[in-house]
Amino acid sequence: MALIEIDDLTVTFRSKGREVRAVEGVSLSVEPRESYGLVGESGSGKSTILRAICGMAPVTGGSIRIGGKPVPVPRGRAFSTEVQMVFQDPYASLHPRHTIDRTLSEPLAIHGVPGRDARVVQALTDVGLPPAFRFRYPHQLSGGQRQRVAIARALMLRPKILLLDEPTSALDASVQAEVLNLLNRLREEQGLTFLMVSHDLAVIDHMCDRIMVLQHGRTVEEMTRDDLASARMTTAYARSLFDASADRMLDASTEPTP
Amino acid sequence: MTTLRAWLSDPNPASRRQARLGQAWLAWQRIRRNRLAMAGLVIVGLLLLVAAFAPLIAPHDPLTQDLSRRLLPPGTPGNLLGTDDFGRDILSRIIFGARITLYIIALVAVTAPVLGLLIGTVAGYFGGWVDATLMRLTDLFLAFPRLILALALVAVLGPGIENAVLAIALTAWPPYARVARAETLTVRSSDYIAAIRLQGASSPRIIAGHVVPMCLPSVIIRVTLDMAGVILIAAGLGFLGLGVLPPTPEWGLMISSGRKFLFEQWWVATMPGLAIFIVSLGFNLLGDGLRDVLDPRSASR
Repeated sequence: MALIEIDDLTVTFRSKGREVRAVEGVSLSVEPRESYGLVGESGSGKSTILRAICGMAPVTGGSIRIGGKPVPVPRGRAFSTEVQMVFQDPYASLHPRHTIDRTLSEPLAIHGVPGRDARVVQALTDVGLPPAFRFRYPHQLSGGQRQRVAIARALMLRPKILLLDEPTSALDASVQAEVLNLLNRLREEQGLTFLMVSHDLAVIDHMCDRIMVLQHGRTVEEMTRDDLASARMTTAYARSLFDASADRMLDASTEPTP
Repeated sequence: MTTLRAWLSDPNPASRRQARLGQAWLAWQRIRRNRLAMAGLVIVGLLLLVAAFAPLIAPHDPLTQDLSRRLLPPGTPGNLLGTDDFGRDILSRIIFGARITLYIIALVAVTAPVLGLLIGTVAGYFGGWVDATLMRLTDLFLAFPRLILALALVAVLGPGIENAVLAIALTAWPPYARVARAETLTVRSSDYIAAIRLQGASSPRIIAGHVVPMCLPSVIIRVTLDMAGVILIAAGLGFLGLGVLPPTPEWGLMISSGRKFLFEQWWVATMPGLAIFIVSLGFNLLGDGLRDVLDPRSASR
């Protein structure tokens, strides 16, 4: 049974009498431990799908099911322990006046989880940060280190599903690879399911088993990683996206993977 | 000393307390570089010391009358700043008046900003009709001239220091609510609030633990800058006979009693006026300095 099932999802933003359909009739299903990628230009509605899952976008049609059950409205605490999200901009997603320790222990405090100190230290080591960073503030960390903290925070409640909203697009290339490898390792270790958004096919190719290409809020094409690697796309739009990042994908595949 | 400094500026603090003290140390370093802010801090510090040790510093009892020594000019031996129309020593009255000024400031500082923060953050965080209701209420209070509203409240409640403080606090909160709401609006749609909401945090927890810390610096700055205004309103109420009652040595009241002979015995009204001026200036300078230190936009570097 699929872990995430989205059926005919429509998201409509209303503002001052104007309606904008950000997502129209998108359906997808993600198996447990699978990594699923959403690709498209900005404005294609890919981030909106993630936000709709979290209850941060107005769903006006269709259904979202996690583990076979429709998501509750409002999402509630049980949902927090199943689904977590990593945001795009690590400079905006950490509270500037909280130490790393506070940021990481807050979810445990909300859910009344015992043994916080040990779990915070464990979480830092899991994402490859020295425990000495525990009482630093976000402004004392680099972008990549911040994103590692954001990943650690998303994993504090041990969710099954991680929604990744362009987790590396704000980072420079070398740090980007480190964070992507970290995410792959964590998925392996903790048996996570990824639903990942990116505008960069090279990143998606590195991370995802299956891919959906979106344009103007509609599905253009769904394909597997093998289809992508051998450039077997059926639509012209998907091909143009592929051509735009093909050279970097070849680079990535010739590099030995650690 | 050097080990303490190293401990405070350690980039990898080992405990929550060390991290917090380290941040305070950095803020202190920043304010120390600002000369005007230091001047303000010294004035406010002196006010605190004078108020704390008033009985030790004051040369005379502020309430003892001596009609044979009334209206003596400044510089008279034994009465450095002269005496008033009842022969009371003006310097002693100013020194004891510092206590009352500080009492009023402290009471206003713990009531008005707290009320304003609460209303502003709740309005900004929830938005919609909650925001509309609370902000129209705020507008209602802002539409009254502050002193007139305070006057009306004191007239209803009766004169006295507590009622004066209550009146000032009730008229002082709307600007804090405005500031807090504006900050909340910029914060509420940020990713870190979305993240904590996704972690299952309740609205009171988000407001108290995540929104208020972001609003606090602007409110603290605003409070410090407003303190001068609070002193002036308290003095104004005293001047009009609606604040502190005589014979309590309150600065506004002292100016009021000196008004009758402002041209012949100018020092009776001028000396407490100078005290108000210096303390107001001190709070304004300190507020400006705190803006440089606490402003989240400069501190986030």
